[in-house]
Formats: sequence, C-alpha cells, structure tokens
Amino acid sequence: MTATDFFSLMPLIIIATAAVIVMILIAVKRNHSVVAGVSLAAFALAFLSLFRITAVTPHTLPPLLIIDNYALFYMGLIFAASFAVTLLSYNYLKSYNFNLEEYYILLLLAALGASTLAISQHFVSIFLGLEILSVSLYALIAYVRTWERNLEAGLKYLILAAQSSAFLLFGMALVYASLGSMNINDMAQLLSGANLGPLALIGFALMIVGIGFKLAVVPFHLWTPDVYHGAPAPVTAFIATVSKGGVFALLLRFFVAIDIYNYESLVIAFSVIAIASMIFGNVLALLQNNVKRILAYSSIAHLGYLLVAFLSGNNLSVDAATLYLTAYAITIMGAFSIVSLLSGKEQESDKLEDYRGLFWRRPVLSAVFTAMMFSLAGIPLTAGFIGKYFILSAGVHSAKWLLVIVLVLTSVIGLFYYLRIVVAMYSAPTDDMPSQPGISRSVSFSGVLVLAGLTILLVWFGVFPQGFISLIQNMVSSLQDVYLSMIV
Amino acid sequence: MILIWLIAILMIGGILAWISQSWHKNAPRWIALIAAGVDFVLVAVIWLQNLSKVDLTGQSQWLFEVNYQWIPQWGISFFLAMDGLSLLMALLTTFLGLLSVVVSWTEIKERVGFFHFNLLWILAGIMGVFTALDLFLFYFFWEVMLVPMYFLIGIWGHENRIYAAYKFFIFTQASGLLMLLSILGLYVIHGQNTGNYTFNYFHLLGTDISLFTAAWLMLGFLIAFIVKLPAVPFHNWLPDAHTEAPTAGSVILAGLLLKTGAYGLLRFVIPLFPDISELFTPAAMMLGVLGILYGAKLAYAQIDLKRLVAYTSVSHMGFVILAVFSLNELALQGAVMQMICHGISTGALFILVGAMHERIHTRNIEDMGGMWETVPRMGGVGMLFAMASLGLPGLGNFVAEFLILVGAYQVSIFWTVLATVGLIAATVYSLRIVQRVFHGEKIKDWKIPDFNVREMVVMGSMIAVIVWLGLFPQSVLNTAKHTLNSLQQRKVIEQTAWQTDSQTLNQNTSENKTIIK
Repeated sequence: MTATDFFSLMPLIIIATAAVIVMILIAVKRNHSVVAGVSLAAFALAFLSLFRITAVTPHTLPPLLIIDNYALFYMGLIFAASFAVTLLSYNYLKSYNFNLEEYYILLLLAALGASTLAISQHFVSIFLGLEILSVSLYALIAYVRTWERNLEAGLKYLILAAQSSAFLLFGMALVYASLGSMNINDMAQLLSGANLGPLALIGFALMIVGIGFKLAVVPFHLWTPDVYHGAPAPVTAFIATVSKGGVFALLLRFFVAIDIYNYESLVIAFSVIAIASMIFGNVLALLQNNVKRILAYSSIAHLGYLLVAFLSGNNLSVDAATLYLTAYAITIMGAFSIVSLLSGKEQESDKLEDYRGLFWRRPVLSAVFTAMMFSLAGIPLTAGFIGKYFILSAGVHSAKWLLVIVLVLTSVIGLFYYLRIVVAMYSAPTDDMPSQPGISRSVSFSGVLVLAGLTILLVWFGVFPQGFISLIQNMVSSLQDVYLSMIV
Repeated sequence: MILIWLIAILMIGGILAWISQSWHKNAPRWIALIAAGVDFVLVAVIWLQNLSKVDLTGQSQWLFEVNYQWIPQWGISFFLAMDGLSLLMALLTTFLGLLSVVVSWTEIKERVGFFHFNLLWILAGIMGVFTALDLFLFYFFWEVMLVPMYFLIGIWGHENRIYAAYKFFIFTQASGLLMLLSILGLYVIHGQNTGNYTFNYFHLLGTDISLFTAAWLMLGFLIAFIVKLPAVPFHNWLPDAHTEAPTAGSVILAGLLLKTGAYGLLRFVIPLFPDISELFTPAAMMLGVLGILYGAKLAYAQIDLKRLVAYTSVSHMGFVILAVFSLNELALQGAVMQMICHGISTGALFILVGAMHERIHTRNIEDMGGMWETVPRMGGVGMLFAMASLGLPGLGNFVAEFLILVGAYQVSIFWTVLATVGLIAATVYSLRIVQRVFHGEKIKDWKIPDFNVREMVVMGSMIAVIVWLGLFPQSVLNTAKHTLNSLQQRKVIEQTAWQTDSQTLNQNTSENKTIIK
C-alpha cells in the first residue's frame, strides 16, 4: 500500500483506532465522559479528514475499495449523524448505572461498517461492511438490558438480519457463478446491457431481498416497528440514519453501476417494492399510537419515496436520492433527539399521550418537533419539502407518472399521522396528565446543541438550498457519469 | 423592493408579536395592529398613486417587480410583481387583515402571541400568493398560508375544531400537491422544448403543449383552485373550516383564502392554458351554476348561523367561476368586483356572527329572535350586509353580480338564466337571517350589550367600503382593467396564432379591443 492509499483511508483508520483506544481506556479506568469525548473527537476528526481527502479522489484501492467524492459525501453524512447520536447517547445513558462504556465501541464499529459500505466496490468488502454494521447493531439494540421490549427487539433483529445476510450471500454467490466476477466495475463491463441469465436474475433477486431487509422496505419491513420501538431512542436514530444511509449508498452505487435501468424485470421489482412501501408504510402508520412506531412506519414510506428517485433513472436521480436522504436524516435525527431528550429513566416518552399539550409546557421543544414533523410531511420552509420536490422533479422528468402519483397521494395519507402528533402537542393540557418524569426534565447542553444544529440545518436547507444542491451536484453526480462512461 | 417589504413587515411583525407576549399581554395585539396597519397604508398609497395612471396606453401592466435568483440550479427565482389585479387583492388583504386584528381584540384571550403570529403569517402567505410570478414561489406561498391557518382553526376554533382543521389542511394540501405535479410537468415540457428550465411565469406562458397533455396539466391547477374557491363537489371542507374557526379566521378564510383560488384561475389557468380553458367553458359554467344554486339551498337549510354564512360563500363564489370562464370584459370585471365585495360583505357577516356568539354563546338561529330592540346597531348592520349579500342595487355586490350576468349572457343564455335564479335564492336566505335573528318572536328577554365603539369602527369602515363600491365601482374597475384586458387579448392572440410576448401585448390594447367587439 502506498502513502496515498493510507491517506485516502484516513477516516476509517481514525474510527477503527478510536475503537481500540476506547477499549484500552475501559481497561484502565471506566469513565463515561472520557469515553464519550474520545468517540466524539474521533467522529469529528474523521469528518474533518474528509475535506483533506478530496485532493486525491477518486482513488481506487483495487480490488475492494474506491474512494470517490460520492463515497466522501456519504461518509460525511454517516460521521455527522454518528456524532449527533453520540451526543444524544451520552445524555440518554447518563441515568443508567450499568457498564455504559462499551456502547461507544459498538457505535464506532457500526459507523465503521456503514462507511465501508459507502466505499465498497466488491462483494467481499460489501459483505464485510454489512456484517460489521449488523453485528454491532445486534448488541446496540439490546444494550439497555433491563427492559423486556429491548431484549425482544435485539433478538428479533438478530434472527432476521442474520437470515437476510444469508439471502444476500447466496445472491452474491449466484451472481458470481453466473458472471465470474465479484467486482462491481467488472460486472458492469461484463453485463453492459446484455441479457441476464436465469442464475444472475435469481442472484440479483436474492440480493434485493437482503438489501431490502436492511432498508426496511415492504415486504421486508416486519422488523421495523418492533425494533424502532424497542431500541433505545439514540440507537433508533442511528438505525434510521447511519445504517440505512450506508446501505442506500451501496444500493445506488451497485445498481447504477450495472445500469439496472436496462433490466425491466429488476425495475419492475423495485417499482413494486417502492409502491408497496409508500402505501403500506403510510397506511399502517395511521393505526399506531406510539410516536416511535409511527416514525418506524413513516420510515418505510420514506424509503419508498427514495426508491422513486432511484427508479427515475435520469441524471437527476442520484442527486435527488442523496438530497432526500440527507434531508430525511436531518429530520428523523431531530425527531428522535426529542424523543430521547424527553425520555426519563426506565421509561421512554414515546406514547402519543405523553405529547399531549406539550406545546404549552415546552414551547421550544414542541416548535422544533413540529418543524420536524412538517419536514417529514414535506411542507415548505423545511428541508423535507426541497427533498420531496426534487424527487417529484426527477420522477416527472422521466415521466414515471404512476410512481409520482402514488407518492403524492400517499404523502397526503402521511399528513394525517404527522398532524396527529402535532395536534396532540397543541391540544390543551389536562390536569390529570400522567406524570412522565422525562417531560419536565431540563434539556442538557449537549441536547440543546444537537437540536439547535439540526433545526438550523432544517430551515436553512428549506429556505436557501442552493449551496446544498451545488455541494451534492459536485459530490455525487459524478457517480452516474463515471459508470456510464465506463460502460461505453 | 416595496413588494418584499409588504411581506417582510408581516412576517417580522408576526415573530415580534410572538416574542412580545412575555412583555405585556396586550403587546402582541398592538404589534399586529401596527404591522397590518403599516402594510395597509403602504398598499393604499400605491393604489392612490396609480389610480390615474392605469389606462395610459403603452404603460407596462406591471407596476412593480423584484426578481432575485433563488435556486438557480433549478431555474427558481424570487420573482414578485404587482399589476392592477394583484394590487386590488393586496388592498383587500391588508384591509381585512387589519380588521381581523381588531375583531380578535377581546375574542382571543389565550396564547395571544402565538395567535397573532399565525394571523400575520397567513396574511404574509396570501400577500405572497397574490404577487408571486415564479410558479415554484407561488406554490411555496400557497403552502405557507396553510400551516398557520391550520393552527388558527385547530387551536382557537370552536368545539369541533380539530376535525375541521384536519379537513381543511388535507383538502388543500392534497389539491396543492396535484398542482405541484402540474407545475413540474409544465416546467419539464418547457425545458425540453427550449432547453431553458425555468419556473418564470412569462417564460412558461407561451409553452407549446399538445392538447392532451395540456388538459391534464390544467386539471392539476384547476383542482387546486376550485377546491380553494370552492366549487361544489369540492366544497366539503368549507362549512366546517369556516364554522369552527375563530372570527378572524373565518373573515380571512372567506375574505381572502377563497380569493386565492379565483386569483389562481385568472392568473394561471386561463393564461397558461387558453385553448383548454375555452373547451372547458361549458363544464365550468355548469360547475358555477351548480355552486350558486346548491350553495344557496344549503344555506337556507342551516340553523347554525355561522354555517349559513359559510354556505352563502359557496353560492357567491359560483358566480366567480361562471364569470372567469365566460372570459369577456364585463364578466371578468364582474369577477374582480365579486371577489372584493364578497370579501367585505361576508367578512362583515362573520364578524357580526362572531360578536353575537361572544355575547349569547350560541350560533343556533332558533335560540335567537326579536333582538332588534336590544341591539339595534347590530340589527342595522346585519340588515345592511344581508342586503349586500342578496345583491341590492347601491351596494357593491349588485354591481358585481350584474356585470357577471351580463357577461355570461353573451356566452350561454341557459346557464345565465339559471344563475339568475340564484339571486332569488339569495334573497330568501338573506332575509331569513334578518327575520329569524332580529325580528320575529322575542324568545327571551335579551340583556346583552350592543356594538361598542371598536366594533362600530370596524363595521363603519366596512359599510363605507361596500356602499362606495356600489356607487363608484369605476376606480376598482380601472385598476384591474389592464390585467383583464391582457387576459382577453391572450385569448384573441391564441386564436389567431399570433406569437408575441407579454410586453408587446400591452401596447396593442386599442387594436385588440376592436377585435373583441
């Protein structure tokens, strides 16, 4: 390996080293604040190192990895989200008195796995990244072992994720058997528009199952509500942003590279998944009375929207998907921050009842939460609106009218449950309110920091998105051009 | 620049009002009053300055414009402009906005700061809708006015407010999203034709679209606007929203929000899709007449006074649809008059009902009766606006409806005759208000205060406006003339396949008038 190779892998090296350092620190002396501080510093450093690396991109480390601007952007997203999750977790875990420090090792490793996905161009590294991410998540989800629901969520995720990994692995094996390569670039050249054999088709179908599970799209979504509900709120935020972000980065890179738009069967499969996700996600969310479960089902719908951008298959689709994912990450992180900040020890404030009349007791928190809900619903002045607009624009450009109209109609259904949360917050408080200890707790400095940052980003992107759009265009549009030119 | 200030003053005022709640409980009221007042004065000054200038030939239709890049990558600009039509609507907005602040003075007792924040932001959104000439920006403002309205109904409304707020939001949001799709479709088609991806109204005006596509795109716009207006199959949200909203909310809903639908038809549907609009005329006239008659029938059947007034809006706005799609000078002038007069007269009736509800805590018409002796001022004002609503000559609504009927008569005699029946129905329901509330058997020994000075000032100004509109409608018609002329010219031009841009349009006023005649 050359110096440039090491240099371009700097962020991953920083995160991996930090995991080791934390482990050693724990062996010396357990101190929650120091460990959290080291993790924060690692994420911040890794994030900053990305700016230096832009000088050497695109850089390939054959055969496994490629570090291009696209990967840098997604890594940036992953590190920023992990940074926010670490801040929230510190605040959230403080009140527990069991061993907290290992949590941060798991968090660092999970972020490492997600970043590996973003830079992979080979089945081996893809699988490796996915497993690092998943195995860390098994433990993270079940970290607060004292609740029953928490253990249930962890176990459920363990069994289903392991099974989906098996699907993915089998799919990869079949694709390899049929094409004779595990490198995305080689595969793209081997395929280059040729018909898929039955073996490869089954292989891709199985891979879609595996990836679909990680993204929680219908019909592979069944774990989502229970895991979102059962996991500690910061971990839920992590799953919603980092884990899904990493996997989606992979999905875009892989399927854009092999130019999925030439294969009608795969496009139809994804379209069916997208439509089913939008419909089921939004309709099932209507029936929930728990904020975390509502957000779980809404995340299914949002992944459906993302697939619409991906399926548009024009020069806007990668931009649109990335922009939407970023806006969604900001929003959902904000929403879970509030759930996590309001949660007391042993019990999370996640029932709709807990939010009744919140506006009149905690006006600022509620105003922020309202902004997050409006962003999820795609109301102007928020990042979510710009994201949704861009997806619609990409869809209309390719005349994908069915997908676009389903998106519009289902997002109207979506309004109902976002408004339910908003209505609950603004309804008059009653005196016989169940006293939820978390509600009245003052928000710590780190919590204020996360919320203020996210809210500013949310509104800033909603009102002045130019800079943000340029950034995305510079960073990720290259993806399509690179692979398209390669095929020709 | 003045256009930005008109919106900015309201937005900043709203934020200040919210913050100032903690200083003094009356501070938000005063701040809102000042913000709305300053805006009103500004618009009124603009109007007075341009009164004499409007019919100079060769003068640009646009009085002011500002155009900044907003999201250049997508061809979106912050493009506001004001012509005669926008100016009249802005005048109505600030006038009713000012009155809304005044009528809420004692009605709203809780969360005063947040209430005035929402009130001013709705006005800012409406002002944006009336001046935006970038379609993306238009959609943006279109949505911005919904959210605070939703809060206004949902927090300060009456018993069934949550349901009404939901319904309002979902109807308008769903139809708005369909409009967004149409805007995007238009944007993409124009971009593919010319390579210039832009949301600029003037660039999109001449877009060459196949008839089939244009029909679908127009449908998207049309749905958004006729839901707002509302036309009959989509009027469902209106009675609930109007009835449950606080008085200021009802005044703004009836006086301004409904007008955004009519404005959208005039500004976007007709100019962007002239051919399809023409084909759609018979259906639109049917929708209009259906609205007039069905709205009037439902109004007559209500026992909730506020609901009754709400349904009269459905009936009155039917005239606007009828007029817009008749598309001749008289009808269009009538449509603009109707938008303004309906805003004033229905607003006044809602204020009256609100004042009544504040005093006797019911809106049920059967619990009233014989109130004239106790509250003669309320009775007199109620009488006057009931007369306005039924179209008594001398008051603004008469001029509006007369112009509309004369205009529509040239297009379709059948529908015009049916629409005229609506006037009789209006007489029936308007007189019923006066009869059941103020005359008739005195069911109770009323002990309630009459209108106080504050309320009389509000009502007095509204009476002055409606009488003045009835006697001197020419100043309003002059202001809107330019815009309406260019609308018709567009129609003529499209028919003769004469390609030109909107700038040269205005210079050919006299020439085209003769073609029409």
